Amino acid sequence: MKRRSFLATTAAAAMLAATSLPAFAEEPLKIGFIYVGPVGDMGWSYQHDQGRQAIEAAYGDKVQTSFIESVPEGPDAERALTQLALEGNKLIFATSFGFMDSVMNVAAKFPDVKFEHATGYKRADNVATYDARFYEGRAVMGTIAGRMTTSNKIGYIGSFPIPEVIQGINSSYLHAKKVNPDVEMKVVWAYTWFDPAKEADAAAALIAEGVDVILQHTDSTAPQAKAQEAGIYTFGQASDMGAFAPKPRLSSIIDNWAPYYVKRAGQMLDGTWASEGAWEGIAEGAVEIGEITDEVPAEVKAEALALKDKIASGEYHPFTGPLNKQDGSVWLAEGETPADGDLAGMNFYLEGITAELPK
Amino acid sequence: MIGGIDIIALIATLMAASTPVLLAATGELIAEKSGVLNLGVEGMMIMGAVGGFAAAVATGNPVLGFVAGAFAGAALAMIFALLTQVFLSNQVATGLALTLFGLGLSALIGKGYEGIRPPPTAKLDFGPLSDIPGLGQIFFRHDWVVYLSLLLVAATWYFLRKTRGGLILRAVGENHDAAHALGYRVIAVRFAALAFGGAMAGLGGAYLSLVRVPQWTEGMTAGAGWIALAIVVFASWRAERVLIGAYLFGGITALQLQLQAAEYSIPVHLLSMAPYLITIIVLVILSAIHRHGVQAAPASLGRSFHASS
Repeated sequence: MKRRSFLATTAAAAMLAATSLPAFAEEPLKIGFIYVGPVGDMGWSYQHDQGRQAIEAAYGDKVQTSFIESVPEGPDAERALTQLALEGNKLIFATSFGFMDSVMNVAAKFPDVKFEHATGYKRADNVATYDARFYEGRAVMGTIAGRMTTSNKIGYIGSFPIPEVIQGINSSYLHAKKVNPDVEMKVVWAYTWFDPAKEADAAAALIAEGVDVILQHTDSTAPQAKAQEAGIYTFGQASDMGAFAPKPRLSSIIDNWAPYYVKRAGQMLDGTWASEGAWEGIAEGAVEIGEITDEVPAEVKAEALALKDKIASGEYHPFTGPLNKQDGSVWLAEGETPADGDLAGMNFYLEGITAELPK
Repeated sequence: MIGGIDIIALIATLMAASTPVLLAATGELIAEKSGVLNLGVEGMMIMGAVGGFAAAVATGNPVLGFVAGAFAGAALAMIFALLTQVFLSNQVATGLALTLFGLGLSALIGKGYEGIRPPPTAKLDFGPLSDIPGLGQIFFRHDWVVYLSLLLVAATWYFLRKTRGGLILRAVGENHDAAHALGYRVIAVRFAALAFGGAMAGLGGAYLSLVRVPQWTEGMTAGAGWIALAIVVFASWRAERVLIGAYLFGGITALQLQLQAAEYSIPVHLLSMAPYLITIIVLVILSAIHRHGVQAAPASLGRSFHASS
């Protein structure tokens, strides 16, 4: 394009934009996000960004979204949140547990801005929390893991010992044990959400302990690659991780934040947003089960899908008594299910797990 | 097996696990010995990781990937050299900027490479040597880069200690004005040292993305470059101690995860802290023992040189 015609087109476009401005009665609603990892982690943060894009797709010109990625949990999060608030974002999503106190601090300074904090438990008038019932998906993964292991040792790469992760370990173990009473659970804490090299090391340590199925609660695909090398099985975490199907990845637990994000952005637009604690699971579509590959025998696949359907219909709660805590004390009596509040603060292993939970 | 931990497997693991940091730290050692503090190791590593990965995927040849990774790291180092040596910018600020630049640029370049698997790097075949119980598994079952890294550490030690070139490099790092007065080309020596440092960091990054993880993920170095920088300082600028520091750090990192998996009743927090703590303690003890040859930082480290000054 010649420079002159380029200038002319740009000018024309600018004119057009200027004249068409009054067509929008209001400024677009600005929505901000902070992610704990890079968008390209192909796991946790990637899925949140898919949700952000879903908001844009649903509301088009009425919203304007932006994000800051790889925000460390800690003081830096406060800076990032403040920046988003100062830029005029009216709804801000903080998408990691460790942002909790930063959100509370910044929210107190910006009462007109609404905050949404993922997986946390602190709320205020302008701070809502939302979470997904990952443990429902873990129950399905645990069932497959229990059936697929031949060494009867299942490994779990934990990130941080917080309720969200502990629920996942307990649920996986419980359901693996149901189908395979001899199963043992080995847990390694990586103390990071995202560090491919360390996650790979953690997988290697578990493999050295004779584990032949690994579940992970960290965000990169590095453990998948290690498992592939060792010829053992894994499950996709947060995102489908379909690049590793059909083996080692047998299935996956997918976080689908899009329905919730679209709903909440809509409530902001029509003025009905209110602070609440949302906790959605398989039934609402927040937790999805990725395709179960043909490495899994048909009857195991059917068993896993049947469990998923029972959870979705509400017929079965993954934590149904009788269940004891690790120390042998009673947690749930026969037929009892936990209240959401108790579950959200889960800080103990179930009976049968031999590892010690870091305090 | 000692106490449920397979020591032989552990040593074999730590050699591979420490290689990226070892390579980067050795490169940074040479750069700092020439008197330049390049804080951009993390940025050069990640450029090597993405450059090496892209080249290996495009050509299907992991060796070319490593070569490309080294070039990518060196290219970034040349930007740093140009800014700090010719335009005399502040080395600390430029180094930090280099890291940020490398992280951003690698993310941009790497967009199309997420979720792809690189061609495998073959392990060297030593025939019957690999089957020696214990020793075979520790020493003769690695990929060629692990041996190359050891060779490069030995070569670096030899170069710094025994050659005229090494003497010139150290002279430039200790007192650039004196070296200049003697007729050595300070800027040229530093360019070369930085290029070597960048290439080594790039090689380390490529090892991460091609062998250790192996795949490309944004921000995958996750601080390895900073560890390399720290190890150079703790090793008091000596090649053999860089090796000890890197292997110790990698070893304790691998060990603490295995201790967890073996369900030792040591608090996990203590274990996660251990790699940092023990590396510091051991290197402090080492430098205390070798008190007679106290070699602190090169005297001209971080100072800009201009022939007129």
